[in-house]
Amino acid sequence: MSKVALVVDDSMIIRKMVSQTLVKLGFEVIDAPDGMAGLEAATGKELALIITDYNMPRMNGLELIKELRALPGHKFTPVVFLTTEMEERLRNEARAAGATAWIVKPFHPDKVVAVVQKLAA
Amino acid sequence: MSEINIDMDGLLEMFFEEAEEHLTAFENGLLELEDAPGNLEVVARIFRAAHSIKGASGTFGLTEVTRFTHALETVLDRLRAGSLAYSRELAQVFLPSVDVLRGLVRAAREGTAAPPEAAQIRLALEAFVHTVPVTTTSTEPVAVKSGARDVIVRVLPKLEFMSRGMDPLAILRDLADFGEIVSRDVDATSVPELDVLDPEQMHLSFRIGLRTEKTDAEIAEVFAFVDDLCAFKIEEVAVPVRAAATEIEPAPVEPGPVTVKDAANSAKNPGAPAGTIRVSTEKVDKLLDLVSEIVIAQAMIVDATRDRGNEAETRLNEALLSLDRHTRELQERVMSIRMVPLASVFGRLPRMVRDLASAVGKKVRLVVEGEGTEIDKSMVEQLSDPLTHLVRNAVDHGLEFPEDRIKKGKPEEGIVRIRAFHQGGNVIIEVSDDGKGLDTAQIRDKAERLGFVSPEAVLTSEQIHDFIFHAGFSTAAKVTDVSGRGVGMDVVKRNVEALKGSLSLSTQLGSGTAMRLRLPLTLAIVDGLAVRVGRQTFVVPLLSVLESFRPSPAQVRGVLGTSEVIDMRGTSVPMVRLHELMSEPDAERDPSRALLCIVEANGTNLALLVDDVIGQAQFVVKSLEVNYRKVNYLMGATILGDGRVAMIIDVQSLARNTPRAGAITDVSALASHSASEAA
Repeated sequence: MSKVALVVDDSMIIRKMVSQTLVKLGFEVIDAPDGMAGLEAATGKELALIITDYNMPRMNGLELIKELRALPGHKFTPVVFLTTEMEERLRNEARAAGATAWIVKPFHPDKVVAVVQKLAA
Repeated sequence: MSEINIDMDGLLEMFFEEAEEHLTAFENGLLELEDAPGNLEVVARIFRAAHSIKGASGTFGLTEVTRFTHALETVLDRLRAGSLAYSRELAQVFLPSVDVLRGLVRAAREGTAAPPEAAQIRLALEAFVHTVPVTTTSTEPVAVKSGARDVIVRVLPKLEFMSRGMDPLAILRDLADFGEIVSRDVDATSVPELDVLDPEQMHLSFRIGLRTEKTDAEIAEVFAFVDDLCAFKIEEVAVPVRAAATEIEPAPVEPGPVTVKDAANSAKNPGAPAGTIRVSTEKVDKLLDLVSEIVIAQAMIVDATRDRGNEAETRLNEALLSLDRHTRELQERVMSIRMVPLASVFGRLPRMVRDLASAVGKKVRLVVEGEGTEIDKSMVEQLSDPLTHLVRNAVDHGLEFPEDRIKKGKPEEGIVRIRAFHQGGNVIIEVSDDGKGLDTAQIRDKAERLGFVSPEAVLTSEQIHDFIFHAGFSTAAKVTDVSGRGVGMDVVKRNVEALKGSLSLSTQLGSGTAMRLRLPLTLAIVDGLAVRVGRQTFVVPLLSVLESFRPSPAQVRGVLGTSEVIDMRGTSVPMVRLHELMSEPDAERDPSRALLCIVEANGTNLALLVDDVIGQAQFVVKSLEVNYRKVNYLMGATILGDGRVAMIIDVQSLARNTPRAGAITDVSALASHSASEAA
């Protein structure tokens, strides 16, 4: 069975980088450029992991997490929140909204590997 | 730690492209903001652009870009939150900041110098965050009470200022608390050259125009904590210091390379770049495609009306000739849109040469000529690697060490010269050095030891020099970590040949070597020789063709292994029966009644057996991959004047791997299609 991961970020670079990393970790990856599209992609789908950015058009990452947790299928899906050092105050908000882990931007793909492996363990 | 291997270089290239898009969005957003200063949606959009660039730039370690976008982002964040209002002063920093950021991204991409005004603009941005109190969000200048005076505070930190843990910005911030900052200048003139710069040392000094009620003694308090590390001077000015609106002036630094000039130009005229528009490559490609179709259609008309000799048709022919001229010109002009100057490739070289020279302990002067020479955009990227390698080689292997040069009576400093120019529909790039030149005897010696040639063979020095392009040949006495990266001249040659170009060299022992790259202007059109095999026509790229002739029966030698060979002036050339390769039954099978077309690629000669040579012309290359699928031994297809499809032979892949008979069966069906069906 193949694990599916969803990557939500408005930066193509970050999407690609995270996706490539996840693919190497054995995930099948779908991606979305903003929270709204991410929510659509996640709805009704079984996901092993969601990685989302905070600052995106249409719907930000925090709102996305809240919406996701309200969906029956994604109450417990691990969600990794990407923030910058500037948005530190957001971490608590993200945790309250239901984020499982976070990665501070900028980050190296190795960081994604470490976090994902920790979540999977 | 992990075995995860991510193609960071590929992502970096993607980052640069994405950054360009963000910069455009940023710039457009700023212009929108001019008209609607309160539009928070636009502010959010601009913020995201800066935010995205910052996030990704940090991942790639582009510190300068990260720092600058961080400053931008901080100001935009305040703007978004409403704790800072959009003002004319802010606009005056924002607009040049786009150019600076663009310059920084370009500097990171091409390894050139950063725009000199970057630090100044960044300070100006930071000043907005630190000096504007939350309460003063109006666009009016901060009210200054009576009794205020204008002073210039010169802040002159000592070299060890930062290494002792002090932050120069803290001083500027403190000063800002004393009143209104009306001007700020950074003096960067004493910043040393990059290679001797110690980043922990402080080389900047500041000149702050302050409108304040404080006394000199009160201002001096700011420096109490750092008095042994920072000199200062307070001067009263009679007339008010310059208005804030004009504060952004180029920093007093010498103008750097091209990127800087660009930034300066567009800063003067923001929003209206000098007569250029951004067009996607796809649009240009489509246009070129269409023009190619017109060229073909035009050729079909000429073909259909040729040799009728009818009086009335003479006029038609004249009209056609004129159409021919105009379509050719149209084609050339559309193609020229895709052309970009080589400067973008050359731009990275000076830095590389300087680093390399200091790494190996040589003195090198790089002379670049003809960087304005234009070449197809798609080739520029693929040109970077081979060119870098040639220049690397020239520095590492070509030039002697300074002491050896002096012994030989040469100037201590070696010269590596890159020269680009157009010559007869080709672009020539020469990389030459005034170093030791190739040692013919040494190369021959090595070639014999490697078994490339027998000791008895009689070779010209050109033939001997050609051995350096053979795989597995490296004359460097020891492999240095500079050039010896497992990439030899054979790879350079292959890269160049992939671009349908050729590589040759001339050398003189003791006085230097010149490598000469000859490249077509574009890959969209190929100069080719049309040949007939049975009922089919094929095109052989002219660059590979050495000669064609009809062999005598004696020249055709039996079987060597499994393949036939042609005896050409004493050397054996493998023969490729195109009719067998392409499964064409109606072709002449006897070489002595057909023709041989001798082609060369990767240092190998091949004799292609064809029925007839039709003639030479320019052919518009249609990608098989895009329109059909990749087919071995074919580099594309073209449409002939009579509307038939002809395949273009990929000589390189033939030479790499001489194919078996019947290797290609599916294109004969494709080739019998008419142009309209194929399109």
